Amino acid sequence: MTRIVGIDLGTTNSLIAYMKDGQPYVVPDRHGRTMVPSVVALTDNGLIVGDSAKEHLTRSPERTVYSVKRFMGKGLVDVQDELAYFPYQLTETGGVIRIRLGEKSYSPPQVSAMVLKELKRRVEAYLGESISQAVITVPAYFNDSQRQATKDAGLIAGLEVLRIINEPTAASLAYGLQEKTQGTIAVYDFGGGTFDISILKLKDGIFEVLATNGDTHLGGDDLDRLLVDLFIGQVQQQHRINLSEYPDHMQAVRLEAERAKIRLSDDLKVAITIELPDGKGHFTRELTREQLESLALPVIERTLAPCRMALKDAGLTPKDIDEVVLVGGSTRMPLVRQRVEALFGKAPHCHLNPDEVVALGAAVQADILSGGTTHMLLLDVTPLSLGIETMGGVMSSLIRRNTTIPASAKEMFTTYVDGQTGVDIHILQGERELVKDNRSLARFRLKVPPLPAGVPRIEVTFLIDANGILNVTATDMRTGQSQSIEVKPSYGLSDVEVERMIEDSFKFAADDVNARKLIEARLDAETLLKTTEKSLVEAGHLIAVDEAQGIRNALSQLATVKDSTDPRAIRARMAELEQAAKHLNVVMLDDSLKKSLQGKKVTEVT
Amino acid sequence: MDQHTPESPRTRGLQMARSMCWHCQSAVTGEYFCERCVKVQPVSKETDYFTCLGFPRRLTLDQKKLEAKFYELSRTFHPDFYQTKSSAEQTISLGNAAVLNTAYRTLRDPIQRAEYLLCLEAGSVKNIRTSPPADLFEEILELQDTLEAYRSSDRDSQKGRELRVALETEQRALDQRKQEMEAQLQRLFTEWDQLQDRGEATSQARAERDRLLKQMRDLLSNRTYVTSIVNDLAATIA
Repeated sequence: MTRIVGIDLGTTNSLIAYMKDGQPYVVPDRHGRTMVPSVVALTDNGLIVGDSAKEHLTRSPERTVYSVKRFMGKGLVDVQDELAYFPYQLTETGGVIRIRLGEKSYSPPQVSAMVLKELKRRVEAYLGESISQAVITVPAYFNDSQRQATKDAGLIAGLEVLRIINEPTAASLAYGLQEKTQGTIAVYDFGGGTFDISILKLKDGIFEVLATNGDTHLGGDDLDRLLVDLFIGQVQQQHRINLSEYPDHMQAVRLEAERAKIRLSDDLKVAITIELPDGKGHFTRELTREQLESLALPVIERTLAPCRMALKDAGLTPKDIDEVVLVGGSTRMPLVRQRVEALFGKAPHCHLNPDEVVALGAAVQADILSGGTTHMLLLDVTPLSLGIETMGGVMSSLIRRNTTIPASAKEMFTTYVDGQTGVDIHILQGERELVKDNRSLARFRLKVPPLPAGVPRIEVTFLIDANGILNVTATDMRTGQSQSIEVKPSYGLSDVEVERMIEDSFKFAADDVNARKLIEARLDAETLLKTTEKSLVEAGHLIAVDEAQGIRNALSQLATVKDSTDPRAIRARMAELEQAAKHLNVVMLDDSLKKSLQGKKVTEVT
Repeated sequence: MDQHTPESPRTRGLQMARSMCWHCQSAVTGEYFCERCVKVQPVSKETDYFTCLGFPRRLTLDQKKLEAKFYELSRTFHPDFYQTKSSAEQTISLGNAAVLNTAYRTLRDPIQRAEYLLCLEAGSVKNIRTSPPADLFEEILELQDTLEAYRSSDRDSQKGRELRVALETEQRALDQRKQEMEAQLQRLFTEWDQLQDRGEATSQARAERDRLLKQMRDLLSNRTYVTSIVNDLAATIA
């Protein structure tokens, strides 16, 4: 049985988890960190991902991509209002946003694929086996294009995405497994960039989603922005400096805002320090939890309307909810907990780490798919109504929102004029009456045999699969012949394009691995240089002069080679330095041991 | 345009083919799986939703049993359990799960269940009436005028407030009306089920059947009309 992993591809952070002996585990890096920042940076030595890329946010903001999830399955027009917040350059080709990184442009799925590859590397190194199949989570309120884009990202990263599952339902799987929860639960999932609410019924291992709602453009990012706007306004007032003209400082302000927000979940106040450009000193102030909360309240209130809608669609009232489960980093805010508690009339449940619970749930779903877990089954719903354009620019609904998936609908089509050979079909997703107010998913032309008007009968089946992704097939009812349909997505990559991106990603895989090895070697070399220099300063007098000289030689040789582009050369010099400093380290250890024992009685030592 | 339209004779002929296993070509005797090669079988297009969920064609169903059966069949058909099977089996499980979900959604709701049964027994009832039922004609016309006046009035004016009160009263009256219709439908459902349980084939029973079908059809159609008016009303004064 090949192992399938579970991935939480988040706006701010991503995680990967696997199942072992019926329990899910999140994979940590060698420092024990489970979260990989969803950040990709272009450096002189190539693309880097995660924690090391995050450091580039302030160093080279125009070449460091974050929050790419906000752009998945979207066109430029969809994000017009927030373009100013992003220091990197966005353009559009064929209805798909492209992100400029140096000489090249990347689609959001390609950038996400880099994060996925990093996760893949991490789990492969950790488990010592090759991984090629995954379950990836998406916000429940993601539309078809956004889901398809996520699936494309997996393909480009060399992963077969066996299932796309919704984040709140993934969380419910983790809770169901670990807490043996039963009854009706509400999962309130407030993450970095998206908000979801799902109402589920848990009974005898069946996780039946009754209703879901949300906002794919509402998250912790929005709170950070409010703080950023507050701070830069004050800097402008007090120092007459417009920080928004300095992308690197803007990123520093954003990170400071994020840090302050996180701290204020535990503390009542936090000191803010922002470095001003051109050596003009610092801007400092204090931020209290109360101040943050008065800013955050309108944003948090925006999560409540979707909650009420979901309850209404499920035919329930707050008192019917047995348990409320919190998911996503933003639910750490005390104000969020208060508002949720006020709405549902009961204290929310947060036994599992809200950052990890989605990845854990994805691993559980992966185990169900591989046949390991058999007693649990997730019955999810489609979050948005699916329909087609009819006369007069009106959407005719075929599959209503909150319909259990897989779901299908059939529609018969015919012609208006004699000899007509095609029927144009426009597929939409959304809850509004008019076509223009809904999301355009795709268009295609149905081929029709030339016959008198009204005679052809083409049956089109719209099937939403268990991933929440639409599949369309057509059958000529007169001949019984099915026809293949080439669907042109309105906001997505074509199959050909995805194919090319997969090829590219393989082509550059070797380069990527080299770049990564080089960066790691450099970082390790820097650490080794620093610690050895420190040891020499502290304990150099304890060793022979020529030995100290030997270490100094090795130090300067490593320092010279450190900036070369050959990771093997760096590693070789590092080995030499380690060898030269071996005795020094032993001497230092003895010395510090001796010092710590001084002044203590023998009885205390033994 | 309706998926419940009776199948053409051509597609009916396919039923034969479906009773054979698509995989080993032996006759399928098991309910959903070929007993010889244990491959999942597609639910026939001929299978109505009652048969699919293993219930008789009745208008009063035990919701708990219905749910239990739905969960049981979900465990049988859900694509999650076919991930390691052949792509043909995956396609069948996907199609079956979609049919099962539609069947459950339709039968779970008493009104949709009745509309579906009427469709099975006597053709589609989805032709929603566009003019008010006779006994409501005057009332509805008056309501439309009040709605029009309210929409064009200043809502905070004395006139606007008066109109709003009138509309709220009307909304309660229509809601009441709707509930009466539903109670009446429930009585007809019981009558229908009793008639079915007796299973008589007399001409009297047939006449009774036709009478019940006609009454249910009229009531359902009126109810749909009133529901849309109530929704419209609620949206206007919300």
